[in-house]
Amino acid sequence: MMTETARYRLLIVLLSIVVAILFVLSLTVGPADVGPWQGIAGLFTGDDSLIGLVMREIRLPRALLGLMIGATLGLSGAALQGYLRNPLAEPGLIGVSASASLGAVIAIYTGLSALLPLALPLMALAGALCAVLVVRLMAGADARPLSVILAGVAVSTFAGAMTSLALNLSPNPFAALEIMFWMLGSLTDRSMTHVWLSAPFMLVGWLMLASLGRALDALTLGHETAASMGVDMNRVQRLAVIGTAASVGAATAVAGAIGFVGLVVPHLLRPLVGARPSRLLFASALGGAALLLAADILVRVVAPGRDLKLGVLTAVVGAPFFLVLVMRARRQMA
Amino acid sequence: MMFGWCRRYLVAGVLWAAFPHGAWAGEAPHRVVSMNVCTDQMAMLVADNGQLYSVSYLATDGSTSALAAEAKSYVVNHGLAEEIFLMKPDLVIAGTYTTRTTVDLLKRLGFAVEEFAPEASIAEVRTNLQRMGRVLGRQQRADELLAAMDAEIARLQATKVPEVELALYYANGFTSGSGTLVADILGIAGLENLADRLGISGTGQLPLEALVLARPDLIAIDANGERGPALAKQNFSHPAFRAVAAQHRAVQLDSRYTICGGPFTLIAASILQQAALKLDALQLDTGK
Repeated sequence: MMTETARYRLLIVLLSIVVAILFVLSLTVGPADVGPWQGIAGLFTGDDSLIGLVMREIRLPRALLGLMIGATLGLSGAALQGYLRNPLAEPGLIGVSASASLGAVIAIYTGLSALLPLALPLMALAGALCAVLVVRLMAGADARPLSVILAGVAVSTFAGAMTSLALNLSPNPFAALEIMFWMLGSLTDRSMTHVWLSAPFMLVGWLMLASLGRALDALTLGHETAASMGVDMNRVQRLAVIGTAASVGAATAVAGAIGFVGLVVPHLLRPLVGARPSRLLFASALGGAALLLAADILVRVVAPGRDLKLGVLTAVVGAPFFLVLVMRARRQMA
Repeated sequence: MMFGWCRRYLVAGVLWAAFPHGAWAGEAPHRVVSMNVCTDQMAMLVADNGQLYSVSYLATDGSTSALAAEAKSYVVNHGLAEEIFLMKPDLVIAGTYTTRTTVDLLKRLGFAVEEFAPEASIAEVRTNLQRMGRVLGRQQRADELLAAMDAEIARLQATKVPEVELALYYANGFTSGSGTLVADILGIAGLENLADRLGISGTGQLPLEALVLARPDLIAIDANGERGPALAKQNFSHPAFRAVAAQHRAVQLDSRYTICGGPFTLIAASILQQAALKLDALQLDTGK
């Protein structure tokens, strides 16, 4: 019989291997006819060959963003579920992604991000921050599950409507169609510029969320107990709110709002880590990366040349899962 | 109930006023309203002075219309039924794909509506131009325009062009393959279309990766145009695109020449042919 710690380590190793395989697979899948070995070689040769160009400037940023954004969504989902003590908390459902989209849309379509590239992740971060704060305030001190979700629905509906409005008001005829990108997300033809722009914010966010582990473990015993155990609730709140806003904001700014990853992954992994939030954080980050990389590979394999949006695939997996979750919650209440 | 009766009489009365005399007696219409940017431009070219009353708002937009300056002298409409109704036209010209509900309503109200399908080739541009001449009672003007077009086509086809492959690369990474007006134009200009080599027909997506690896001689883009920023043209600033578009490969092709078919579409053919000739001269210079 394995101890729980050994099982956790095994899980992390397995997830890491899966993520590594999917990352390499993501590099080798694409519309251009590049052999897998040829492509991987092209990554490292550093010459100016066309294959090198395709690999370094198109496929590498795509795979990197898939990895980082997936990890962001998985990690922030796990952190929010632990922090709000709500199984339905997730950046998409509580409106963080939609609000980050709104911030990014304002930055791009007013021309602000063309003047100052950093405005894009910063505005998305600001949008995400507003959403987390509103949901946190509305939910009240005890963070009842129902109030969290209701506040989240209100925030995401509002942010979605404002995003549509901003895009409709744009004089550019293409803008209105880009609502699809902002609501469903895509990694098509992103560049290293997007990686450099978003990576620092995601890294800072990850560090903040990862440092929550011990506090989240204590929080499973309830607010008062955690406080009496010496957990600084204000600090926890700051880390959770800003960490989520920074990482999800930056992720959404470059890839649009991608739903369900943050919801599904922590639930799938929770039984495997012995229901300890601190362990769930790292496992969920890896699980999120794996799920998003897999979805992004499928997008390219299932409908090549159609630019299928990522959110479509994550919703196909996520929506049925969400319904099962709701049904189980109803049975428990009955 | 009574209100319904009133309204029916009212509509009938206004309709009677809308057709003062003989619009349906085979005479040429004299108060024409066009509701589609493509029929707008064709009507502006063919119509007599004062015959065309109103064109759509898109006709005055320099990014979609090749005749934006000319369009400013007409009353602008937005393809709304009420608006058209109050203009009391004796002929409405529309496209077959746009403003469908308005067209249906106007037909039900008894207006004469002529619908024009978008052109997928120069041959269809010819057919539409002739029909516009008939519809407006201006066959002679249409024939003059056609003769000028034929002369320009003959000139373009007679020009000796080196073997040059061109990629049409639009916003959002779209391209035009066989069966589209732009592909037809490319043939007249004597250029190869990359879409044919990649097996893309109609309007389809040309992935950036595929464009980079295919390495066409020229890439036609519309880098300016629409006002205001959007993600759609981010593909033109992608580092990989910039790397392949360097070295005189990118050609600016305003989409206002290619969105609609008309004599002005041949300007696009001429721009592309000139770019091919210039490229050839450059390559001779560098001794390639």
